Amino acid sequence: MAEEMRIVLRNYGKIDPLNIDEYIAAGGYKALEKAKGMNQIDLIEEVKKSNLRGRGGAGFNCGQKWFFAYQTNADQKYVVCNADEGEPGTYKDRLIMQGDPQSVLEGMAVCGYAIGANKGFIYCRGEYPYVVDILNQAIDQAKAKGVLGDFDIEVRMGAGAYVCGEETALIESIEGHRGEPRFKPPFPGVEGLWGKPTIINNVETFANIPVIVDKGGDWYAAIGAPSYPGTKVLTLTGDVNNKTFFEVPTSTTIREVVYGLGGGVAGGKKFKAVQIGGTSGGFIPESLLDTAISFDAMSAIGATLGSGAVFVMDESRDMVDVVAEITRFFEHESCGKCAPCREGTARMNELVGKIKDGKGSAADIALLKKLGGVMSIACLCGLGQAAPAPVLTTLGHFAADYEDKLV
Amino acid sequence: MNNVTIDGIKTSVPEGSTILKAAESIGVKIPTLCNHPDQAVKGNCRVCVCEVEGSRLLSAACVMPVWEGMVVKTRTPKVIEARKTILELILSNHPQDCLNCIRNQNCELQTLAEEYFIRDNPFSQKTRGLAKDYSTPAIFRDPDKCINCGRCIEACSVIQNVHALGKVGRGNKVIVAPMLNGSLADSPCVMCGQCIHACPVGAIGEVEEIDKLLAAIADPDKIVVTQIAPAVRVAIGEEVGMETGTMPMDVFVSGLRQLGFDHVLHTNFTADLTILEEGNELLKRLKEGGTLPMTTSCSPGWINFIETYYPDLLDNVSTCKSPQQMFGALAKTYWADKMNIDPAKIYSVSIMPCTAKKFEASRPEMVDSGFRDVDLVLTTREIGRLFRMSGIDFDKLAGADFDSWMGAYTGAAVIFGASGGVMEAALRTVYEVVTGQTLENVNFEVTRGIEGIKEAEVDLNGTVVKVAIANGLANATKLMDEVRAGTSPYHFIEIMACPGGCIGGGGQPITKTNAKRVERINQIYVEDEACEIRKSHENPEVKTLYEEFLHEPLGHQSHHLLHTHYTAKNKKVL
Ligand SMILES: Cc1cc2nc3c(=O)[nH]c(=O)nc-3n(C[C@H](O)[C@H](O)[C@H](O)COP(=O)(O)O)c2cc1C
Ligand code: SF4
Ligand code: SF4
Ligand code: SF4
Ligand code: FES
Repeated sequence: MAEEMRIVLRNYGKIDPLNIDEYIAAGGYKALEKAKGMNQIDLIEEVKKSNLRGRGGAGFNCGQKWFFAYQTNADQKYVVCNADEGEPGTYKDRLIMQGDPQSVLEGMAVCGYAIGANKGFIYCRGEYPYVVDILNQAIDQAKAKGVLGDFDIEVRMGAGAYVCGEETALIESIEGHRGEPRFKPPFPGVEGLWGKPTIINNVETFANIPVIVDKGGDWYAAIGAPSYPGTKVLTLTGDVNNKTFFEVPTSTTIREVVYGLGGGVAGGKKFKAVQIGGTSGGFIPESLLDTAISFDAMSAIGATLGSGAVFVMDESRDMVDVVAEITRFFEHESCGKCAPCREGTARMNELVGKIKDGKGSAADIALLKKLGGVMSIACLCGLGQAAPAPVLTTLGHFAADYEDKLV
Repeated sequence: MNNVTIDGIKTSVPEGSTILKAAESIGVKIPTLCNHPDQAVKGNCRVCVCEVEGSRLLSAACVMPVWEGMVVKTRTPKVIEARKTILELILSNHPQDCLNCIRNQNCELQTLAEEYFIRDNPFSQKTRGLAKDYSTPAIFRDPDKCINCGRCIEACSVIQNVHALGKVGRGNKVIVAPMLNGSLADSPCVMCGQCIHACPVGAIGEVEEIDKLLAAIADPDKIVVTQIAPAVRVAIGEEVGMETGTMPMDVFVSGLRQLGFDHVLHTNFTADLTILEEGNELLKRLKEGGTLPMTTSCSPGWINFIETYYPDLLDNVSTCKSPQQMFGALAKTYWADKMNIDPAKIYSVSIMPCTAKKFEASRPEMVDSGFRDVDLVLTTREIGRLFRMSGIDFDKLAGADFDSWMGAYTGAAVIFGASGGVMEAALRTVYEVVTGQTLENVNFEVTRGIEGIKEAEVDLNGTVVKVAIANGLANATKLMDEVRAGTSPYHFIEIMACPGGCIGGGGQPITKTNAKRVERINQIYVEDEACEIRKSHENPEVKTLYEEFLHEPLGHQSHHLLHTHYTAKNKKVL
């Protein structure tokens, strides 16, 4: 049976988040002290050794990313914490920041030391003003204690658009421009905020850092799935008994999450599908529930781990109805910069709506498949590339729901 | 250098080259739409996508840099399906209006639709239904045709520093619109028309007034007189399938007579006149301690710009009207008198490389002749349309001469068409006036070329005069900021709103690249070299004008007809 393992949420509910002394008493800021006693490259090696991969969705090797920024010479470098958390159904970053803000600050400060940056930003979701308050208080306390040294952290409020969570759009937004993604390369690690090397990591990624520094990369690398070690914080929503959050090792299977920790499908109904990773996540049928919630295992079945949102659907759900909500979301959230996403998300929504209204034909299904295939490889950023996944995976696993509605 | 393989062809290109540049170098053509060769990369249309070995995603060739050992495929079925689908998406949200469109047969989207044989678009046709904007007399916008490439925004903001255009809204609703989503007339737009050249489609164009000309020609009570601006001849041939600069002047004149113009005269005449008025104004300011540096005033886009962005510096601008407006004022006074024509019957048309000239002619103060000085301004492109419509075969057409009294010109007037030309022409004349010596070598090479800011020093009998030349308004901004700060070292500044000067004007044949502008500039100097007289003050008809009518530069008649004043625009700017 699956069991929780709390690394990221180690202090959650145990300490007063607004009292830095309690964080310090629980071992806080020891890791930063230890990190500063190491030379930068050894520190980065240790993070690399842990094989920690980004928890914001793209799964990039954290130490590797830090190394690029470390390697790039510049008079100024930045550390940015991505706390935009725009995925519907996801609230794990909020939990971490509300329950243990100092762990995020400490993780950022370790990163700052590793790459040679003395300035950090936390880009916090606009809908979380109370979290901004907590963060600001936490920063004030850390400054008063002097634990951050010369590393400065500033909180910026998000612009309210989903795409602003994409790292380059986030940079544009902090710089005061329209939140539109930039083309990569250059990657932010080389040319980011105001053209300077910038490390952008997710809240959960940073919260892992102090523990890794403290206990060592090898310790961390041995937890969970070897290719994506550690734990993942999951938030369960939908037709599941325990609509709550868990932190589990990444070797845990979806079945264990839904039926073990999640307590199974609510109301005694039958399971139909689960969507993992947020709005753009693929839909997973019963037959694939034994997949581990690690990055690569999920990719192998055409799904994503994404933010770790787990949305369970029972037998009464119609996939076309659910997907129609999603396509509407993406039409609304496309930033409009690139043609295939700007036009494609609207057409996708139009076609799904047509089928939902009982006016679709087999030709519309074929067109949806073609459109989805093109968008997923031709759009400029992850939003447009991932937007078709719900459509394509439901067309694959739940074709009957569509076919029943065709004229 | 990086070794790359594109469609099986191995090549070596400089590090950092894009796939597009690498492919170009070996003759592999990749389609583009948002990419503009002289602008920053955009990467937003995605029609340039290619397959790169080892990558799940397609790569946009215009932005993706190559790496050592990269293997690119530009023509696979996957690539073609993606490009075609993207074009279908763009076209399904685009008016199917080619037959009525100002860019019919000169449109990057239309060309791609043809190349990718778009037939039955599987997506339903749905356009945004946005209203056209005809709020200015010079430039219209048809936002329904806009494909959001952002090229006009860069032209307006980066090259011109005007910031009239920007993106509004998000997602499928995003549009490119004048500042604050208002009309173009309410924006700081200076009507230079550089956005028209930047636009790959028919979403921006000049306000066409061809019908007004046809009506005037058909009207037996009207005597239709035209003036041709210096920059037009080198470019007009491009409109009728000739190489840049190869349309002979006399054949051009003959073509205009074929169109039905009663008298063909030349703005070059008043360009020479401008040199005498402006040169003397400069000397006067130098001698009497007037406001310096003095800037030129012949570019109406520049005048709109300074009235909008530097209203505190209007005293620095020469009071001379532009050659177009000097011509207008004289045609209905001096010339009408000489020709014994009732000025009320004259319909004065100017053929300009410029969209802002349409606005200039409509300024309320431009009525010094007692009539509207210039009745109609047509761009080079509009004349091109008339030529094509009338089916003239320029290879077979015999040449014809200009009409008298305002048709003679010198090489100094010809070079008004290129950035630095006004300065060079002024120096040729001012030098001789001040030193009393003959200028043996009239070529001031330092003033020439497309470079954004040029500067020079001339020794006039011991007085060193410092001059500067800017083309493109972002460059003008740099010089004017110095003037405002009181740190400008110059006495005289030439400013042309358009890159390269008038040869790159907003009304010229659609100009994709600066290389084309340079070609036209070179042809301007070829024409100058071929002129027998190359100094404005030696223009025989200008001499006659002073003897019989104006009497002296800056005199009473000049003041009345040839000089003007400027007004702050008080517009909202960023
Ligand atoms: C449309 C879109 C939205 C995103 N939203 C978020 C977000 O809310 N939070 C986040 O951490 N990463 C988000 N990302 C991923 C970021 O671009 C980036 O990969 C991540 O912040 C890197 O941090 P990590 O390496 O720690 O995961 C988003 C990506 C896309 C394409
Ligand atoms: S894929 Fe969508 S969200 Fe991303 S750049 Fe293109 S239009 Fe914007
Ligand atoms: S902009 Fe191009 S494609 Fe569109 S209607 Fe005009 S010519 Fe046709
Ligand atoms: S108006 Fe033309 S240049 Fe400007 S964004 Fe639209 S299509 Fe591009
Ligand atoms: S030409 Fe490359 S994305 Fe537009």
